[in-house]
Amino acid sequence: MTSDGERRLRLAFGLAVGSVVIAAAGMAAGGDGWSPAGLFRALANADGRFIVLQIRAPRTLGAWLTGALLGLSGAAAQGLFRNPLADPYLLGSASGAVLGVVLVLAAAALGGHVVSVATAGAIARFGLVGAAFVGALLGVLLTLSLARGAQETMHLLLAGVVVGVLLTAASDLVTSAAPDALRGKQAFLLGSTGFLGWQSCAFMALGLAVTLPAAWRLARVLDALTLGTETAASLGLALGRLRIALVVAIAFATALAVSQAGLIAFVGLIAPHLVRRFAPATHGYTLLAGAAAGGLLLLTADVLARTVIAPQEVPVGVLTAILGGGYLIWLLRRRRAA
Amino acid sequence: MTSLRATGIGVSLGGARVLDGVSLDLRPGWTAIVGPNGAGKSTLLRVLAGLRTPDAGEVQLDGVPLAAWAPRERARRLAWLTQQGSASGDLTAREIVLLGRLPHLGIVASPGAADEAAVERAMEEAECAAWRDRRPQELSGGEQQRVLLARALAVEAPLLLLDEPTTHLDPPHQVALARLFRRRAAAGTTLVSVLHDLSLALVADRLVLLERGRVRAEGPTDDPALHAALVEAFEGAIRIERVGGRWVAFPHLEV
Repeated sequence: MTSDGERRLRLAFGLAVGSVVIAAAGMAAGGDGWSPAGLFRALANADGRFIVLQIRAPRTLGAWLTGALLGLSGAAAQGLFRNPLADPYLLGSASGAVLGVVLVLAAAALGGHVVSVATAGAIARFGLVGAAFVGALLGVLLTLSLARGAQETMHLLLAGVVVGVLLTAASDLVTSAAPDALRGKQAFLLGSTGFLGWQSCAFMALGLAVTLPAAWRLARVLDALTLGTETAASLGLALGRLRIALVVAIAFATALAVSQAGLIAFVGLIAPHLVRRFAPATHGYTLLAGAAAGGLLLLTADVLARTVIAPQEVPVGVLTAILGGGYLIWLLRRRRAA
Repeated sequence: MTSLRATGIGVSLGGARVLDGVSLDLRPGWTAIVGPNGAGKSTLLRVLAGLRTPDAGEVQLDGVPLAAWAPRERARRLAWLTQQGSASGDLTAREIVLLGRLPHLGIVASPGAADEAAVERAMEEAECAAWRDRRPQELSGGEQQRVLLARALAVEAPLLLLDEPTTHLDPPHQVALARLFRRRAAAGTTLVSVLHDLSLALVADRLVLLERGRVRAEGPTDDPALHAALVEAFEGAIRIERVGGRWVAFPHLEV
């Protein structure tokens, strides 16, 4: 076996074992910090069991699934844009999700004064999760429409930036008109794994079960794109259609993650980056390992967020931003030194 | 027997006419396309590969318009190597060459024994088998070029369109490449290469001289009228002489 193969196996093993160990730590992390003994004590009584099984377990699994969706979409985005610093939020999904959330919050705030009880109820049923999901997908759709499809990578990238700026401006406009929505918007921007329940886990597991095989089937397209668009086209790939399929997979995975946990920063960027650093490989492997690395990263950040200043909690998005930013600074210094 | 016929090809780029009424009939053997900078050589090769739709005219592959072929079917018959070839990312040289089997495999099927054998043959032919497990960033420009050439060879298409395949190659490897092209041509491949090195181009079977987007001259490489046209097209900066039984182009080095 080549050293490449060994590295890939080692990383896969490390990600699997790491996920299990940190998940176990997540189950033992409570308001009084991290305590394995406390976990066994909690399981001995009904209230404790409820906390462990209905709060900590779905939160732990949900954090892993959110990270996996972001890691997968980050790996696919970096392959699609041929840029190791590409982010899954580049396609307009983040700004779309924020606008969706802000619109619902503003509508709910205004509802108390001018909207009828029935309309306010409908807004509540529709909910923030649905608004974020639909907003994220519409953001990507707007990007695709502005770029006139996905044939030109640069058009897609520029359209994503333009959509991001415009939708962010629209969100700001809405919060100016309805300042009550600001606090909710801020919480969404920070990201949180605190509200993940079993229903969220089911949605995300289903989403991962659909997007992971779909993206994996398109991995060879990403491999071919490393040779340039024209060479990939000369190999008989219908790039326009295949790129749109990739964008849809990225958009769906990202929308699902942000709708459940808000805008978790850096996981989608860093997870595939780390995978390629430890075990460079074809995109088939990078997509799978990127998802697992994203899961492990966010799970670790979630456990740290719950325990570093327990019983207070650090917003997990802040922690991932600090960890991700720190990693990039380290990378930059290392490259300069080299 | 695979044939490629271009009729009345016209292409404009940014308002400038890059190709104007180019007609070619390409058959098995080695055809070299030469011409001064900006003559439209690379654009012509893109049109022949179906990567650029001409504003005028049509290209037919085996008598069928290029646009009417399904992309994968076309890719199995026609392999293309770009002038600005570069490999990036995390793929090893062998994994890059394996991408040449995509027209046969599609995006899902796993490579079989025939694909592995084609990859090995291509890497041996392009003399890059020794660094199969290395990545592009670990290779020199010439080594990368040989990997990219092996990728094109691995398609095992009856028609090879190569844009400046000798870029970054040192003289021994340029000669090795010319031998490979001769072997492929003798085996019935229709090989079309854009070349800047006129001496190398004169080793081909046929030569097409492009000038300002038009075919200035074409014919067998030992045609004296073609040689005269070459000297004129390159503004007298070269002379063509017979050395050791072969035609060689020498630059006038007086400065």
